[in-house]
Amino acid sequence: MSSSQDTEHWDLVIEPKNKFLRFDIKEILQYKFLMFLFVRRDFVAQFKQTILGPLWFIIQPVMTSGIFTMVFSVIAKIPTDGVPPFLFNLIGVTLWNYFSSCLGATSNILGGNAGLFGKVYFPRLTVPISTVITRLYTFGIQFVFLLIVYFALMFSGAALHPNWLLLLVPLMIAHSALLGLGIGLFASGLTVKYRDLNQLIGFGLSLAMYATPIFYPMSSVPANLKWIVTFNPMAPVIEIFRYAFTGTGTVPTVEYVVSLALTVVVVYFGIALFQRAERNFIDVA
Amino acid sequence: MSNTVIKVENLSKRYQLGTIGYGSLQHDLKAWWARMQGKEDPNTKIGEKSRMDLHGEFWALKNVNFEVQKGDRIGIIGRNGAGKSTLLKLLSRVTSPTGGTIRVRGRVASLLEVGTGFHPELTGRENVFLNGAILGMKRREIQSKFDEILNFSGVERFIDTPVKRYSSGMYVRLAFSVAAHLESEIMIIDEVLAVGDSEFQKKCLGKMDAVSRGEGRTIIFVSHHLPSIRALCNKGIYLGGGQVLHQGEMSASVDQYLTSYKTTKSGWEGQPIDLKGLKVLAIALSEAGGKAIGSSVDVSSQLRLRFSFLLKEEIYDLVLGFVLFNYNHDPIYRSLTTDLKSSINREIKQGVNTLECEVPVSFLAGGEYFLNVHASISNSEWIINPAEDRQFELKFELQNDAFGSSHHTHGSVAPGVQWELLKS
Repeated sequence: MSSSQDTEHWDLVIEPKNKFLRFDIKEILQYKFLMFLFVRRDFVAQFKQTILGPLWFIIQPVMTSGIFTMVFSVIAKIPTDGVPPFLFNLIGVTLWNYFSSCLGATSNILGGNAGLFGKVYFPRLTVPISTVITRLYTFGIQFVFLLIVYFALMFSGAALHPNWLLLLVPLMIAHSALLGLGIGLFASGLTVKYRDLNQLIGFGLSLAMYATPIFYPMSSVPANLKWIVTFNPMAPVIEIFRYAFTGTGTVPTVEYVVSLALTVVVVYFGIALFQRAERNFIDVA
Repeated sequence: MSNTVIKVENLSKRYQLGTIGYGSLQHDLKAWWARMQGKEDPNTKIGEKSRMDLHGEFWALKNVNFEVQKGDRIGIIGRNGAGKSTLLKLLSRVTSPTGGTIRVRGRVASLLEVGTGFHPELTGRENVFLNGAILGMKRREIQSKFDEILNFSGVERFIDTPVKRYSSGMYVRLAFSVAAHLESEIMIIDEVLAVGDSEFQKKCLGKMDAVSRGEGRTIIFVSHHLPSIRALCNKGIYLGGGQVLHQGEMSASVDQYLTSYKTTKSGWEGQPIDLKGLKVLAIALSEAGGKAIGSSVDVSSQLRLRFSFLLKEEIYDLVLGFVLFNYNHDPIYRSLTTDLKSSINREIKQGVNTLECEVPVSFLAGGEYFLNVHASISNSEWIINPAEDRQFELKFELQNDAFGSSHHTHGSVAPGVQWELLKS
């Protein structure tokens, strides 16, 4: 009896999980409706009982770029390669915001969903994926605003040279999302054990912003500090993103390839660490 | 094609007791750095053992085996800490086992809580969809069932109101309605019925009953509420100390469970359990002349143990016996068939065997005692480990009147020594 049963078909086999990486894309796709609902939930919940609603999405980059323009471009006189400083900063700030919000939100996934994860099974990766999609909506609104500013300045005669690199813009956006997701998953796996890493993430992100060419062009970085930019995976992404719109600055090909390789590694280990943490944290939290 | 829908084999779950690490990176790094230099861990108090090498382990489940047939309504009972919740968590895939496997045929929906994932800012309608999707329903399924869910919940008027404005009763009713309309073949339900008013509870029980009987779905139900578990379930699993103590008809499991609260358990009888070719048939304790033992046993009585089992084939070097434990589960003594030179061991053959022996108690202090059988192959392999396989364990209360009622024993035995005063 037992020997014939072992060969029979079972829909689900639950056993100790020892695999380093288990990435079941088919299972995740079965839950796409759930991801859709997660995205909508986060979106709706964010603006219930607010006066300005989605307008906040625009206020934030405007204020940041405005202050950057005042401090770095007007007072400190950092060159912007002939591009109007406000636009120069806005381009960098918009993409950086997407990256940092993906990272920040993902890093808190395990801690923030402990109640849910302790009660019902669904592929846990659906949560970070839907988080990144939610942030894509925010980014979309900010991006449209960026385009409005861009075209307004172009028609008023600013020296802007859109070029073939615009084709790479979707890739740069996806790259930022993946990098944010990867680092965020990595951090999420670690914060389960070390709560104080949460502090480090917020702090680290604001520091990393200064090491990224957001309010200065990559070309203005002195040679002895160049290594910071070379190993900062977000630096070439933002530089290429800006080049596509303005046609000024550099196209850091080598740096970009390094960044791409780093991103793949980070995402791979991020998912692995996240799954490792996820499978035990219900017992720990 | 067999009708088995769930097959659990050697399922075990271990928890680490105490804190893992120090919970902050700084402390762990300091501890690691100190160890690298061969110094003492700076976080420990002097004389205290470092927490890093403390291995407090706790087995919430150990070697659990059972099968569930299609259409069964299984009730899981047991005291707090028996492993019920852990078993449900493993079946629901919320946490993963330390060892063993669970094989499942069909879709599983688990309800460890009603309203999982409900968001207070969303409306009732939005939450029905969100909750349904979290529980594994497809969009079309929820849409086609939506009116039914709404009807069952009785909150039609407020379905487009954010649930944060719901009364707790309305909230629970809506949440349960979603769960009750899941279309999975296997449903795992924790004590979710303990919520809501009694009228709605009845409605839920009725719905679950209809679902399992009418549509042939399998239900696994955990509850402390024996009347509702008796009403709903036809088969029972009684867990204790992380092991299956009884599996069979629901009423029999409940009986076993209730007996565990009594001071006496004078026998084990149930579905024969096959352990590596040895099938336990019956274990019984009796007083002299085969009289069943009552609520307590006097130390002067002749206690006898009878142990019946079936051997599929002769096991070479089979060692049988029993161990007597005190109330604290410390072993008091052990007796094996191989102890004495004149051993009956060679006469145990294939087929049904019944062993009988005396259980000496005359030298014991009064109190609660446990007796469990021992079966092993030589001294190397366990068949029944008396300290761990507690499903066969018997229990009795020993009365030692010779000592009077107010004595305090020191040590494990009380042989009743006569003292004499020598005249000088």
